Amino acid sequence: MSERSLLSPTGVDIAFTLLGLVAVAAALMVVTTKQIVHAALWLVVSLGAVAGCYLVLTAEFVAWMQVLIYLGAVVVLLLFGMMLTRAPIGPSEELTGANRVVSLFAALAITAVLGVLIVDAFATTMIDIDGQKSTASVMGASLFRYWVLPFEALSVLLLSALVGAIALSQSDEEA
Amino acid sequence: MTDLLEAAMRLMVVFVAFLTLPLLVGQLEHKVMAHMQARVGPMYAGGFHGWAQLIADGVKFSQKEAIVPDAADRIIFGLAPALALLPYFIAMVAIPIGPGLAGQELDAGVFFVLAVMGVGVIGTLMAGWASANKYSVLGAVRQVSQLMAYELPFVLAAVSIVMAAGSLGFTDIVDAWQPWWLIWQLPAGVVFFVAGLAELNRPPFDMPVADAEIIFGPYTEYTGLRFALFLLAEYAGIVLLCLLTSVLFLGGWNGPFGDSWLWTFAKAGVLAFVVIWLRVSYPRLRADQLQKLAWQVLIPVALAQLLLTGVVVLAW
Repeated sequence: MSERSLLSPTGVDIAFTLLGLVAVAAALMVVTTKQIVHAALWLVVSLGAVAGCYLVLTAEFVAWMQVLIYLGAVVVLLLFGMMLTRAPIGPSEELTGANRVVSLFAALAITAVLGVLIVDAFATTMIDIDGQKSTASVMGASLFRYWVLPFEALSVLLLSALVGAIALSQSDEEA
Repeated sequence: MTDLLEAAMRLMVVFVAFLTLPLLVGQLEHKVMAHMQARVGPMYAGGFHGWAQLIADGVKFSQKEAIVPDAADRIIFGLAPALALLPYFIAMVAIPIGPGLAGQELDAGVFFVLAVMGVGVIGTLMAGWASANKYSVLGAVRQVSQLMAYELPFVLAAVSIVMAAGSLGFTDIVDAWQPWWLIWQLPAGVVFFVAGLAELNRPPFDMPVADAEIIFGPYTEYTGLRFALFLLAEYAGIVLLCLLTSVLFLGGWNGPFGDSWLWTFAKAGVLAFVVIWLRVSYPRLRADQLQKLAWQVLIPVALAQLLLTGVVVLAW
């Protein structure tokens, strides 16, 4: 950890900021566009830019994971779900529901909580990323040595989601 | 500066390979299919063995009018071919054909290639949706349901060889590879190849583009060069799958009479021949047969292989 002025940005800083801007702008497009499939495709841009941010921070493994899970699976599933149900070409008027104010409030609250958390934890800390790469082995070691409890908690969460999905589809069948 | 120049040179070489190797596979497919099915059409153009057929196809594609349906979403419609093709190029950059012979060696190369290959389906989905044609949407939906079933065994099989070699890097895997792995990792290799075929929509897994049912699935409304780009993506996918299988499961550039990149290509070439052979010999699988094969055969086999690999790696 070293001291460095924010007023003399390096190439990495600039690339990171640009990618961050792309991510945020695309995220805004996701919630403002009138075309539902376009929203999902803007999500591709946004999540891809986040993967780029990870890459700039030398976290290669996390970046590829982001691409595999979010671009290759989550967005594809979203698009699949839309096409199975309702995906008109052209703008739809009823995309913004009655809960828009509540959701805006929830989004702002989450942003505030996460922002305060990150500022409180790292504030002015400078982490030197030159020379150290987050390889798969580094990731594996920290995940299964230091963070094994959150990891297990997450897998229980996923399992319960799976059971929930099965339960939901079962009750549909009987009805 | 020299680093930059070298990187640019490497990218150029990969780019040229990316454009020529799929054409080679296409030419091979014409001739092999013509021989196996006793067709005369592909043997006619240009005289000797119909050598000019592929060139004639290219000229034909470039002359066709680029038609966009009235009701289509024009922007997405135009972007889709690029998005279908680009991931294959990016993935090819990371695959080595010989020691040090790669566009860019990556620490987690296997993982990178699998991740990037999974993105290509978004292009197909975009094409199917933006065409404003019910057959296109049906094809795209079929494509995704097929992909969701086959992505899992595809990745699990790759995980097996990664565990055996103890590395996610292609070069490390080829270096660790020994001939007896051909038997030890045989189930994983077969699962990988079959699941890969299904991801590429190659017959017998071509339900998403089944011409007798839904015309040409997501690509129905495409004409001319845009259509050619989708075809190029399919053949680039074959090249990629064959190179991947030969590097991961067949020892890459290891071979009798000295190690050479020629071995990688020879193995990939034989696999490409098998891909074409399968297309000529098997009828298309039905939807339920597709899902059964994935969930009841490939995934259990891949899981059993993972168990076996784990036991052997720990016991050695």
